Amino acid sequence: MNDSRKIKLPPARYEYGGDEFVFVQLDEAMSLDVNFKAVSITQHLREKELPGIIDICHANASYMVRFNPDKLHPDNLIAELKKIEESLVDEAQIELRTQVIDIPVMYQDPWTHETLMRFRDRHPDPQSTDIEYVARVNGYRTTEDFIAAHCGSPYLVTMVAFTPGTSFCYQLVPPEERIEAPKYIRPRTDTPERALELGGSFSNIRPVRGAGGYQLIGMAPAPMFDPNQSLVDFQEFIAFLKPGDIFKYRRIDRDEFDRIRAEVEAGTFEYRKRDFTFHSDRSLEDPKAYNEEILGVLYGD
Amino acid sequence: MAIRIVSPGLLTTVQDAGRPGKYDIVLPPSGAMDLFSYELGNYLVGNEPDAAGLEITYFGPRLQFTEDAIIALTGAEMPPRINGDEVATWEALQVRAGDVLSFDYLKAGARSYLAVAGGIDVPASFGSRSTYTYIGIGGYKGRALQEGDELHIGESRNGAGHVGTGVTPDQIPTFSDESELRVIIGLCSYLLTEESKEEFLGTEWTVTPDADRTGYRYRGGVLGFVEREQPSGAGSGPGNVVDINYPMGSIQVPGGEPIVLARDAITGGGFATIGTVITADLDRLAQTKTNDKTRFRSVTLDEALQARKQRRGQLEKIKSAFNG
Repeated sequence: MNDSRKIKLPPARYEYGGDEFVFVQLDEAMSLDVNFKAVSITQHLREKELPGIIDICHANASYMVRFNPDKLHPDNLIAELKKIEESLVDEAQIELRTQVIDIPVMYQDPWTHETLMRFRDRHPDPQSTDIEYVARVNGYRTTEDFIAAHCGSPYLVTMVAFTPGTSFCYQLVPPEERIEAPKYIRPRTDTPERALELGGSFSNIRPVRGAGGYQLIGMAPAPMFDPNQSLVDFQEFIAFLKPGDIFKYRRIDRDEFDRIRAEVEAGTFEYRKRDFTFHSDRSLEDPKAYNEEILGVLYGD
Repeated sequence: MAIRIVSPGLLTTVQDAGRPGKYDIVLPPSGAMDLFSYELGNYLVGNEPDAAGLEITYFGPRLQFTEDAIIALTGAEMPPRINGDEVATWEALQVRAGDVLSFDYLKAGARSYLAVAGGIDVPASFGSRSTYTYIGIGGYKGRALQEGDELHIGESRNGAGHVGTGVTPDQIPTFSDESELRVIIGLCSYLLTEESKEEFLGTEWTVTPDADRTGYRYRGGVLGFVEREQPSGAGSGPGNVVDINYPMGSIQVPGGEPIVLARDAITGGGFATIGTVITADLDRLAQTKTNDKTRFRSVTLDEALQARKQRRGQLEKIKSAFNG
């Protein structure tokens, strides 16, 4: 492993979450490095199979463990976690046996446009549409250039939380290419189901309709959440994306949008997906080349 | 069929001991909000401690039994009647086919529990019968009970063994409209200003109408965060963090007002958390309601573990009295 790619993060903060939880903040800022570290520590913790552990889940730059303190004292757990953290100082790359997925999206769709126009008074720039705004604040000359960047490189699901189907998706690009967007000044009271949204440095497709503060930039024809589990991708669980999943947004036009909608309605739609083993060190060393390889796996056959 | 819902009350759901171990697939712990009262109800009717019962919120339902059953009512003071006659709470009762159970107005607390020998028989969803209405899983069709619903009762383990036996008065929790919840300050509390830390613990907070199984929101002050340059990936406000997981019982302060997440907690998000209500006091939280007063008291981990042990000891003592 190249020395310059060794993870340099501040010391982790270990905190009690009442008597049943320990919360560990690895860094205040989001980065691929810190997310990989959270994944790595939680993977190692799972392998230890400590008695008394109830939940292990990683977030973007932190993780949380729930346990039965009658079986595992929180201070003993923290001691174990520190040991794992120390053991990973020089070896923090992760290997994820995951899948790479094709997620069709229509940018600048009529439905999110209708929604965002109703809430201009809550937006940092009422004169622009959301996508014009995020293109400009990220230095893109045109919305077309922004769209090309947003769907050009694949994403990693760095966290799932809130409610089933909500994912935090972080693009596998070097820091200087990262797209970031402020949220609405005051949250909207409405967001359509399947809206493609962007807030902070995370993109997400909305599992269900509801309030929201992310910028609305498009619409997906296929769901992220299927409580009836009618589509084949939802047979095991009601939500689609899992932490560690890798996917690419693929820009589609209205005709293809309508075609996929009809397949979803008929219950025949299935996401294109291929098995893939992701190596974090390769992504951090040469993201462009590694992304080409990822897309080759997804679309090569 | 064994229980017909004549009228559902304000919010009556099937709950059991919860759905632990599912945070990573974005399912909260769920389960009865006041686990103490719920578990005690199960002892009274001779059930396993995690058999499913009904959680009755604020305003009671009207239920007709279509077969004989042994029941117990615990939790909030909401005087029950069978065929119009007042009956005892915290005690195992025999009901007969055709009997109608109804409730008077709530007098104290917020949530009552109906335990039935054999438990409410609904299919388990992700390892639990608890209703999580937000996404419609568990319980009866994933939702609160409605007029005309019909519930089945499971097979009872040990018949009428406990009918007529109850909990001694000193073992019955009392519910006041002024509560103190013990918290372990921490998580992201370093982001709060010093004055706000003091204000949080020094204020008598009022429960707002936003008080449900997901969380309780309070008013009575506005807490503030230290101004700083926001880290990459966090939201733009000083109370925003790069999205974290939220423990059950954790406290966040969006807009300056505290919210305590309850058993149907959302599992994570981008608001800074400042501490966690200890598990021994989640039963107490469940019995508070809109306009009640709440104070938060800071305790150490050792005190939290001691309180946990004491609560468990109390339950074991009551349980052994029934099995003895």
